Amino acid sequence: MSISHWLTRIGGGNLIKKIICSSLTLSHYQATASSSFPFLIRRNEHKAIFAFCSSTNVAFFGARRYNSTKTEGQLLSESDDEDGSTLEEKQGFDFPGGKIAYTTKLNFLPASSEKRVQCYRVLDEDGYTILSNMSELVSKELALKVYSGMVTLNTMDKFLYEAQRQGRLSFYLTTYGEEAINLGSAAALSSDDIVLGQYREAGILLWRGFTVQDFANQCFGNNDGHGKGRQMPVHYGSKSLNFVTISSPLTTQLPQAVGMAYSLKMDKKDSCVVAFFGDGSASEGDFHAGLNFAAVMDAPVVFICRNNGWAISTPVTQQFRSDGIVVKGQAYGIPSIRVDGNDALAVYDVVRSAREMAINEQRPILIEAMTYRVSHHSTSDDSTKYRSVEEIEHWKTLHSPITRLRKWIGRNGWWSNKDESKLHGEATTQVKVAIDEAEKKKMPPLRDMFTDVYDELPLNLMEQETMLRETIQKHPKDFPNNMPL
Amino acid sequence: MATNLRKFNRFGSILTNHSNSLRRFSSPAASSGVLASADGQLLQSSKSINLYTAINQALHIALDSDPRSYIFGEDVGFGGVFRCTTGLADQFGKHRVFNTPLCEQGIVGFAIGLAAMGNRAIAEIQFADYIFPAFDQIVNEAAKFRYRSGNEFNCGGLTIRAPYGAVGHGALYHSQSPEAFFCHVPGLKVVIPRSPKEAKGLLLASIRDPNPVVFFEPKGLYRLAVEEVPEGDYTLPLSEAEVIREGSDITLVGWGAQLTTMEQACVDAEKEGISCELIDLKTLLPWDKETVEASVRKTGRLLISHEAPVTGGFGAEISASIVERCFLRLEAPVARVCGLDTPFPHVFEPFYMPTKNKILDAIKETVNF
Ligand SMILES: Cc1ncc(C[n+]2csc(CCOP(=O)(O)OP(=O)(O)O)c2C)c(N)n1
Ligand SMILES: [Mg+2]
Repeated sequence: MSISHWLTRIGGGNLIKKIICSSLTLSHYQATASSSFPFLIRRNEHKAIFAFCSSTNVAFFGARRYNSTKTEGQLLSESDDEDGSTLEEKQGFDFPGGKIAYTTKLNFLPASSEKRVQCYRVLDEDGYTILSNMSELVSKELALKVYSGMVTLNTMDKFLYEAQRQGRLSFYLTTYGEEAINLGSAAALSSDDIVLGQYREAGILLWRGFTVQDFANQCFGNNDGHGKGRQMPVHYGSKSLNFVTISSPLTTQLPQAVGMAYSLKMDKKDSCVVAFFGDGSASEGDFHAGLNFAAVMDAPVVFICRNNGWAISTPVTQQFRSDGIVVKGQAYGIPSIRVDGNDALAVYDVVRSAREMAINEQRPILIEAMTYRVSHHSTSDDSTKYRSVEEIEHWKTLHSPITRLRKWIGRNGWWSNKDESKLHGEATTQVKVAIDEAEKKKMPPLRDMFTDVYDELPLNLMEQETMLRETIQKHPKDFPNNMPL
Repeated sequence: MATNLRKFNRFGSILTNHSNSLRRFSSPAASSGVLASADGQLLQSSKSINLYTAINQALHIALDSDPRSYIFGEDVGFGGVFRCTTGLADQFGKHRVFNTPLCEQGIVGFAIGLAAMGNRAIAEIQFADYIFPAFDQIVNEAAKFRYRSGNEFNCGGLTIRAPYGAVGHGALYHSQSPEAFFCHVPGLKVVIPRSPKEAKGLLLASIRDPNPVVFFEPKGLYRLAVEEVPEGDYTLPLSEAEVIREGSDITLVGWGAQLTTMEQACVDAEKEGISCELIDLKTLLPWDKETVEASVRKTGRLLISHEAPVTGGFGAEISASIVERCFLRLEAPVARVCGLDTPFPHVFEPFYMPTKNKILDAIKETVNF
């Protein structure tokens, strides 16, 4: 029985019907789309529902959702036409938390639905649009900016990775294969949206104006780098760009994102928080804490999972038995969607919609972006120990998000081979210069070791700084000579 | 690790040298089938191997000698990010050696349950820095499982391995030495080996000990520390410290990788006529006060050194205990040369560390007090 059919039978009004539909929006039409042109149909549905959401008073909307639709939505799935129960039995008993219908059928919910949740996609592998109106949605200017960002990110990765191999950097980690998630989502957000990354999201910062020089400075830990040389390379952050500094312990950013989103909500801001995490990180307790808090607090936060198939050497088959991450949203009451993470336009489209929903409806959204970690986990890893070179090559060549977008912009007549070589040339020069510069720059002063532990230096640190300076004077050879004292 | 290895090579050779001359077991190996000579030297064939290989051997023996033993953790299946579990899944099967989902609280909670059913659960936390999501399971659950049930239940078969410590470029979250947090927990044992031979014997002892053990491995030494390690099965006693260098002027107490640095300070001090006694504590909880006390009664002076921040570090506990027991014998304040009270910094690591010369200066100050 469909939602609307059921609502009509129990006498639910049109308004409630729409509310239910919209509260189920993303996951609902993922599951039901089956026509041969699913994207077109789903898109229109989406737009219609969306228009309704945006024009609805948020406070009113929130209240109605709690009083009726959430429990009734759940009731629906339990009730059964053919079991001969009365309407009263169907409406069920008022358990704390809402009415639950009774059934005489001993049915376990299946471990997963028969079909895997589909993956929203706009461009096919050859860069042909499946949706006809894509060039209306994405302007030439936007597309080229996204594309240039992807190429620049890729170039930066290439040279900084190489710098690590040469022993100039202590560590590095690339975003190979995940450029579309990076730039596609960055383009869909407003610069007021606060981003909390995991570590493979440098493209967001790049989009927001973190320069290649800024990246190189952080990696070399020099005095111009954000972070004062305290963290390992790739632990970027920028207050002015609303990008919270990366922390190595995984998934800690998820509950934090909810707290930040709640603050935006209380301040009635027209922006949201976006938190990125990996398929592996979704196994941490903080993932569950984060999603549940977000749902309960009605926090405007968009969770974006980069499902790249691997967590270091652990494949997703050993990470979870669910249909990926996307299905976990529903259990927490969070609208969720799966997107082709190697399709920059699809990522853009989904994140843009999710952002609007998060802000207009004041609620969390979960996105699972399907992709592949083309690189080794990091410079500390050799992934050929646990996966085949063929598998890597397959994704690198056949599913390259960069190639796919390149084909599309080329086909639109927006990009020529000349543009391509110019972009590559410029990016290469820019990155090489930045690395050389970063290497030459002054290191942070010794003082920076002691500051920022607290807002001001406590006594123990003052003493320790004094003692350390005495030691340095006595044994200057014990310490690096490139650090300003 | 490439850059770090270069940095550490100069220390590596020193470690190897002194380990050959100094390593004597303080007591004979406890395991049956291993003969010990009069001076405690093992009479079994041995090979020169590094620390991660020694750990690997211990794990191999643990699996081989007890069919109810299991090894698991993040990325353990393919050998672990530090290669300690290399080859184990192939040999003992994926049901006994396996990857877990990425969740430390899950790993330890699961391990407690497995251990409570009479198995040996050997759980790996990928870095000691990432043990904190499991803190509740370790502190409130593993440590209290026996006590709270009136000894009806216990999870004594639990061993948690975690690589700890500085490596030259690990920064805030790949460098920490969190041992003191766990030393504050009655019901746990905390063990830290200093070398390959020690690592193998102490790990096997930890695995077979009927109490939950947190076993921190000095990851900076995984490849660098090389010494002769008996190939067979042997254990080294827990809660027994070892005097690894005898001296008369001052007692130095440390554990794990820091002993390498302390050893160098002892060698340099000797050149200046100061005779240092160096003690490897090995087990931090419950720790061997007698050995330390006896040494301080002899020397009258004590210096403790560890990488963890000085404030609230385990050095504070040793200092307080020895002052309680040896107050009148002490000829100088107890010295602590430790990590500073900052998060572990990346580019400032050389300044943060309790270096050889910091220790040497403190030795001289204490002796000349
Ligand atoms: C709490 C915690 N545990 C373990 C680690 C070590 N670690 C770093 S990255 C990683 C794998 C993460 O995989 P995933 O979330 O899928 O992200 P990806 O690297 O694929 O982008 C692990 C286990 C960590 N940083 N933090
Ligand atoms: Mg992953």
